[in-house]
Amino acid sequence: MSGADPGPRRRFEPPVGDSGEPFWAATRDQRFVLPWCRRCGRAHWYPRERCPHCGGMDIDWREAEGRGLVHAVSVMPKPALPMMAEMVPYTVALVELADGPRMMTNIVADDPWAVAVGDPVVLIWEPLSDGRHLPVFRLEG
Amino acid sequence: MGSDPRTEVRRRSRGAAAIVGAADLVSPTGELDGSTRRLEAQAIQAALDDAGLTMADVDGIFACTGGTFMPSIELAEYLGVQPSWTDATQTGGSSFEVLCEHAAAAIALGHCDVAVIVYAATPKSSFKKGGPGFGGGAQRAAALAGPVSPMVEWELPFGMRAPMGAYALAASRHMAMFGTTPEQLARIAVSTREWATMNPRARLRDPITIADVLASPYEASPLHKLDCCLVTDGAGAVVLTSAERAADCAKGGVFVLGTGTSHTHSMISAMPDLTVTAGAVSGPRAFDMAGITAADVDVLETYDSFTITVLLALEDLGFCAKGEGGPYVADGRLGPGGARPANTNGGGLAYTHPGMYGMFLLVEAVRQLRGECGPRQVPGAEIAVAHGCGGVLSSTSTVVLGTEATR
Ligand SMILES: [Zn+2]
Repeated sequence: MSGADPGPRRRFEPPVGDSGEPFWAATRDQRFVLPWCRRCGRAHWYPRERCPHCGGMDIDWREAEGRGLVHAVSVMPKPALPMMAEMVPYTVALVELADGPRMMTNIVADDPWAVAVGDPVVLIWEPLSDGRHLPVFRLEG
Repeated sequence: MGSDPRTEVRRRSRGAAAIVGAADLVSPTGELDGSTRRLEAQAIQAALDDAGLTMADVDGIFACTGGTFMPSIELAEYLGVQPSWTDATQTGGSSFEVLCEHAAAAIALGHCDVAVIVYAATPKSSFKKGGPGFGGGAQRAAALAGPVSPMVEWELPFGMRAPMGAYALAASRHMAMFGTTPEQLARIAVSTREWATMNPRARLRDPITIADVLASPYEASPLHKLDCCLVTDGAGAVVLTSAERAADCAKGGVFVLGTGTSHTHSMISAMPDLTVTAGAVSGPRAFDMAGITAADVDVLETYDSFTITVLLALEDLGFCAKGEGGPYVADGRLGPGGARPANTNGGGLAYTHPGMYGMFLLVEAVRQLRGECGPRQVPGAEIAVAHGCGGVLSSTSTVVLGTEATR
C-alpha cells in the first residue's frame, strides 16, 4: 500500500490522541495491536493509559487476533459526513473481538443489509492518506 | 437496594421538597421567537408566576445550558440573582431530572429555599438561519473544537450518524437477544402520537399507524424516521421549595418523593450492555427512596428520544422484565386508556424536542398530578415518574413525584 495514492478522502481521518499512538503506528505495517494490562492480563478498548478493568498503569501493546463477532449493527442510509456520501448505504457495527474488547467499526459487505448480529468477521485494512490504516471488517469466508 | 443503609438516610428527605411552579414554551410550528436567554427568562417568570413567587425569592440557580462555559453564573448575573446554591451539572437530556434531584437535596439540607431550574434551546430556528442545530452537526462541531477526544479518534472515522446510530445499535442488539420486532418499537410511536392528538400544543397531531412508522425511511436501521424524536425549539422552567413553604404557594406542591441517578458510559461503543441502561440503577434507587414499586406509578413520563429509549426504560424501571418490553407495549398500553399511560403530552416524538427533553418530562408530570391536563388527563393520578435519559443511553435520572396525599 505504501506510496499508493488512496484518492480523495472518503471519510474523516482520525487524529492521534494521548493513548492511541502505538495503535496507529502499528497500522502503518498493517499490524493489529491491542493494549493489554500486565497486572490483570486483560485487553481493553479504547486505548487508555490506565486499565479500566483493574486500574493497572502498566500497558503492554501486543498483536491481536483480528477476528470477532458482530455484536450490534446498523445500516446508515445517509452519510454521517458529506465526504462519505459515496459509501452509502454502509454498516456501522460493534464487533466483539476474539481477544475480548468490543470496538466500533464498519463491516464492508456487498449487501450491508444482510450483515447480522452474531456473524463472524475478520479484520481488513483501509488505507488512510498519511500511511496509517483504519481497522474495518468483512464477513468471514 | 432495600438493604442499603443509605436508603434510610435518603428516605429522611422523602417529600421534603416540592415543585411549586412549572412552565414551558412550545409552539405547534416548532419555532419560537427570541434569544435563548430571553426564552429562559420568560420560562422562569412563568414558573415563578405559577408558584406565586418572585425573582427576589430565588436563592438556588440550576442551569446547564445557555451562555458560554459557566451557565449558572452567567444566568444568575443576567437575572440579578445572588444565590446560595449554584449547579450546572450537564448529563445530556437527563440533566433536568439530575438538577431536580440536586435541588430537592439542597432544599432538604437547608442550602437554599427557592430553586429555579431552566432550559431553552432553539435548534429548529437556528438551523434555518444556518447554524448547526442540534444532534450530529452540533455535537461533531463541539467535539472537533477541543483536544482529541476518544469519540473523535475511535468512533467518528466509522461514520455513525449521531445520535440515532447509537440508539440503532442498541435496538439491533435488543432485537437479536430478545426477538423484539420493528412493529413493537413502532407501537410506542403510535401510542405516543395518540396522546399528541389530544394536545393542541403538540408539534405533530395527526394519528399514525404501525405501517406508517415502518414505511417511513430508515434514519439508521432498524430505526425509522418515525421512531425518532423531533427537532424543535422549546423552553421550560420549574421552581422548587420546601414542603412547608409549598403550602403557601399558589397551587401547593407536587412533592419529590424519590430520586436516583447513574451513568454507564459516554460513547455507545463503551456501553457495558447495550440492552441495559443506567435506569436499572437510577430507577430502583428512586423507587426505594419513595417507598413505591412500579405498580404504584399512575403516570410515566419517560424520555423518548427514540422508541428504543422507551422500551429499555420500561424494562430497566421494572414495569416489565428484561427482554419483554416488545410484547409489553404491543397491546397499546402506553396510550390513552391503556394500562400504563406514558408520555401523555405526546413526548419528544410528537410534542417537542429541543435536544434535551428532560425538562418537559417534569413539567408534564406536574401538570398531570395537578389535574391540569384536560382531555389527556390521567384520572386520579397521584404518583408520576419523570425518567430522563441523556447522551447515547449514557445517563439516566429518575424522579418520583406525588400529590399531597402521597407524602
Ligand atoms: Zn488491568
